[in-house]
Amino acid sequence: MTEASATPPTGSAPARSGRLREFWYYFRENRGAVFGLWIFVAFALCAAFAPILSPYDPTEQFRQHILQPPAWQEGGSWAFPLGTDPLGRDMLSRLIEGARYSFFVGIVVVTFAASGGILVGLISGFAPKWLDMIIMRIMDIILAFPSLLLALVLVAILGPSLTNAMIAIGIVLQPHYVRLTRASVMSERKKDYVTAARVVGASRLRLMFVTVLPNCLAPIIVQAALSFSTAILDAAALGFLGMGAQPPTPEWGTMLAEAREFILRAWWVVTFPGLAILVTVLAINLMGDGLRDALDPKLKRS
Amino acid sequence: MLKYIISRLLTFVPTFLGVTLISFAFIRVLPGDPIIVMAGERGLTDERYAELSAQFGFDRPIYAQFWDYFTGVLQGDLGQSFVTKRPVWDEFFTLFPATLELSICAMIFAVALGLPAGVIAAVHRGKFFDRALMSTALVGYSMPIFWWALLLIIVFSGNLQWTPVSGRIDLIYYFPDPTGFMLIDSLTSGQKGAFGSAVRHLVLPTIVLGTIPLAVIARQTRSAMLEVLGEDYIRTARAKGLSSGRINGIHALRNALIPVITVIGLSVGTLLAGAILTETIFSWPGIGKWMVDSIFRRDYPVVQGGLLLIAVMVMIVNLTVDMLYGVINPKIRKS
Repeated sequence: MTEASATPPTGSAPARSGRLREFWYYFRENRGAVFGLWIFVAFALCAAFAPILSPYDPTEQFRQHILQPPAWQEGGSWAFPLGTDPLGRDMLSRLIEGARYSFFVGIVVVTFAASGGILVGLISGFAPKWLDMIIMRIMDIILAFPSLLLALVLVAILGPSLTNAMIAIGIVLQPHYVRLTRASVMSERKKDYVTAARVVGASRLRLMFVTVLPNCLAPIIVQAALSFSTAILDAAALGFLGMGAQPPTPEWGTMLAEAREFILRAWWVVTFPGLAILVTVLAINLMGDGLRDALDPKLKRS
Repeated sequence: MLKYIISRLLTFVPTFLGVTLISFAFIRVLPGDPIIVMAGERGLTDERYAELSAQFGFDRPIYAQFWDYFTGVLQGDLGQSFVTKRPVWDEFFTLFPATLELSICAMIFAVALGLPAGVIAAVHRGKFFDRALMSTALVGYSMPIFWWALLLIIVFSGNLQWTPVSGRIDLIYYFPDPTGFMLIDSLTSGQKGAFGSAVRHLVLPTIVLGTIPLAVIARQTRSAMLEVLGEDYIRTARAKGLSSGRINGIHALRNALIPVITVIGLSVGTLLAGAILTETIFSWPGIGKWMVDSIFRRDYPVVQGGLLLIAVMVMIVNLTVDMLYGVINPKIRKS
């Protein structure tokens, strides 16, 4: 363990696979995390193979089967295992298709927020004091707004759509990465191996991206897992408020918004989309906890 | 200590300026001319347009407009709502007590359950109670609260008929609201059943809004307690023969509370974000619903002013928490 972290990871293959094995060893100890990982894999497969898995087209309306209950209830049939919605669309197909949107939102938002945030955080960590201060003040300003409110207002400016919702959530999540990256850069910069690299004559860019960045990644990866779930939750919340994906898109939050008026008549149109969000987010958070325990040596004992 | 306070206060100034600038810029980057939007379907003559433009100061250079806006903000002038024609400042502070009442109740709910849950989990570390409580906390933490609200409505309002679905009080009650807090006003009004009605209206929104803070506080309390329980002075206390209740409840919890208080303070932003969803679902006449409605009505001065006031409020709370933290924990002051 001490050896692995003392050697600066210059990308040699054996060191990397050893690290991976070590990581897996710690990750596997946390049964919840492994469970979360399996659910997440199932979710990803649903997203990838949605058109093959779903029995019907998610927008196809079966007018004779409006608000049909799930198969195990009276009046339900196995033709529509989870019932149908107020327009006679198959719930199961819509939920499977919805996994695509949520997965897509998570990937895009995290990529956008993390790459931007890491870049700005790296710059801030290496920049002269005045620039660092300006960047951190800007991040403070963004963080002063409650995230959902800022996202809501941004979407109101840009116009309600899933793309704009993703942009807004990405902007709102970015400051967390900036702060995290900057904090790790600050503590890594003082270490001997960085000084050594500098003495040997590494350029500033090389110092930033090759020497320091790989050693700052652990907390960022954990943050990425956690913001994946935040992104899914916020996108669903925006969809629920009518400011995210627009009907008839089978996005889970939008489905909930559409089903709201039927809550006292047809429990399944409300229960299943929310359950899908909860299970997905829970799985990712379980995984995130496991990642944190496995990657962050300081927290390993708890 | 004074130096610490002053340095923290100084960082407040640029952030405040920036927040003002963002809320100012907001109305200018919106698609469409605000004056045309305000006129609506009727349209405008060129004369009237110029007149309104001059009235709002849109014909002046942008830095002069910002200066006007900024000085206005400092004097509490945030413009007028397009829809109600009332000053944004007045509207905000008329509705704010409703949000505050809900948030306070949610926070009490979260602390009252989260703190003991965290302590119990830490004391029973690795055992059944710990696992059960922490799994529940993780579910709460992952909860889409808008769905949680709908579920609670199905069960408690739909099936059991225990609680009403929306509003702050039954319409049959009417009384003046000197404090704006429905619980207090309904008590002092002396009307029979008014207080009970207010409580029944408050229960579900409180649970919904308090769920995520509850989970966060439980998790934070557990990890803070675990950290403290490993310290030498706890072992000393144990060696002295103190009862475990006294050790856990007094010696350990007091030091574990420091990070927990920070978390409580910092969840004000979470509460306000949650209030947007909770108030919309329960038709709770507070700031969150007001903001959402205004966004849909394109009532720009309200969105602009509300955004600014909420941000400033979050900043003030964070600053206060920071300073209190400095008072409690001398280690922070030095860095």
